[in-house]
Amino acid sequence: MNDINPAPDRMFGEPVIETFNLTKRFSKLVAVDHINLSIREGEVFGLLGPNGAGKTTTLSMLSTLLKPTEGTAKVNKHDIVTESDAVRRSIGIVFQEPSSDDILTGQENLYLHALMFGVERNVREQRIREVLKLVDLEDRANSQVKTYSGGMRRRLELARGLLHKPKILFLDEPTLGLDPQTREHIWDYIRRLADQERVTVILTTHYMDEAEHLCDRVAIIDDGKIVALDTPNKLKQIVGGDIVRLKITNPKISPIKELPYVVKVEQTDSYLLLTVKNSSVHLQEILSLVGNAESVELRTPTLNDVFLHYTGHEIRQAEAEGGIFERAVRARSNEK
Amino acid sequence: MTELDGLYALWYREFKVFLREKSRIVSSLFTPLLWIVVFGGGLGSSVSLAGTNYQAFIFPGILAMTVLFSSMFFGLYIVWDKRIDFFKEVLVAPLSRLTIFAGKTLGGCTDALIQGGLMLAFGVILGISYNVQMVVLSMIFMLVLASAVVSIGLVIGSFMESPEGFNLIISFLIFPLFFLSGALFPLDNLPSWLHVFTTLNPVTYAVDGMRGVILGISTYPVMVDLGVLLGFAAAMIVIGSIAFSKMK
Repeated sequence: MNDINPAPDRMFGEPVIETFNLTKRFSKLVAVDHINLSIREGEVFGLLGPNGAGKTTTLSMLSTLLKPTEGTAKVNKHDIVTESDAVRRSIGIVFQEPSSDDILTGQENLYLHALMFGVERNVREQRIREVLKLVDLEDRANSQVKTYSGGMRRRLELARGLLHKPKILFLDEPTLGLDPQTREHIWDYIRRLADQERVTVILTTHYMDEAEHLCDRVAIIDDGKIVALDTPNKLKQIVGGDIVRLKITNPKISPIKELPYVVKVEQTDSYLLLTVKNSSVHLQEILSLVGNAESVELRTPTLNDVFLHYTGHEIRQAEAEGGIFERAVRARSNEK
Repeated sequence: MTELDGLYALWYREFKVFLREKSRIVSSLFTPLLWIVVFGGGLGSSVSLAGTNYQAFIFPGILAMTVLFSSMFFGLYIVWDKRIDFFKEVLVAPLSRLTIFAGKTLGGCTDALIQGGLMLAFGVILGISYNVQMVVLSMIFMLVLASAVVSIGLVIGSFMESPEGFNLIISFLIFPLFFLSGALFPLDNLPSWLHVFTTLNPVTYAVDGMRGVILGISTYPVMVDLGVLLGFAAAMIVIGSIAFSKMK
């Protein structure tokens, strides 16, 4: 398997972010529910979950844009409630929505950012050149941002988040809506930042592959709670085997259930979903016992399976059920 | 140092945007020009007030109008900032809210002064001959008025979620402030109900003051006008900074 996750012996430093029962309520809705995290220096940490799970709310609290309803957190040893100024000096943040001024040029946006975030006068020009080169926007630095493509804007936002050399970088859905090539480019870049510059990166995503390829550790978050937290590989091991998906009507389930290497059996309308140890060895036997399958699909578990394992529903499904507003509406109608 | 740099950054941004959005300058000067050229010229051909040609008489009022509109809209534009999330970027910067408010206000005053200055220059075409004192004092009046109105706009804008309420503000705030300021008529001999409104309206003192400076006709002494206006601006700036520091 092509796995670019770092070796397990990768060294991380001290914890730079710690949350203590961090909670945010919006009237009846508990968007973030008593979250406890400890994230160490140099780590790329992913918050994985469907829209409305509370990922962005968590980032907003850690970046002092929102005040927690309950609990608190320390970012770079500063309390997010009582020392918000000190927190803001330690962090960089890239929002989900573009927040550059599109009437200004890329260069001007970076210059403004350097001024506002206290980048020393004598290094300003040099830092701006550096980050522009990093995100490959040198050629377009003097064009107005409104002439940029989506990917270019995203890269400009990243450049801006990095300009003042933050110790901690928050990225809210960093590759949302980007083409595959740009995504890989950005992943690469985030990875290098953590490895070489020791920047701690906390990102939210609802892309499984992003969490798998990029993050040292992943917290799976659903309905405001952390349901699982570990390295992507360990999370996948929890599923306990490979996934065999059979399209089949009237499968013979009882003999399958007795097989010692079948960990889990789930049946939906026309599908049978099996979790199987050493599937490649045992597939033949399963097929001979189960009956006439129309099609067979064998794969190693993804984080989606992990998500399913912990929450009982798939990320896509949770998305269909709606984001934070729909949840708020449901929370309200449940009141009645 | 960071705060000063931040202040400069916020001002720089507003100034750049102002220079680049030339259509905004043109459109904001077009209405006052219509008033002074068509309304002032048309009515002025048969009316003269306080011993002056009507067109010249309303010129200080039109200056105030230019500043009033551009400053109020500048403040309200913060609604768009919030929409494009540029403002979030400002709010996570390690800057105090007071600095953010001051930067915005300075930016707005700059815009308003440039537009007011252009209108002032247009006065030469209308046959007004300026001296240095007249220009400096008029600019001071416009600056003080702008700082007050930008603050009002920012306060309203910081509470608004969408630009839908703009028309309401034009109808119920900007137009009454303009019409009840004596921009278009002399303040003496007004019916008593109207007199109450003009006396309470802070824009009255900007118009009266500039009329005193430019035409030498005024109801109140120019320094009284300036004093009232300064007091009003100070109050609005204080309210604005409080509103900003409380904003989410």
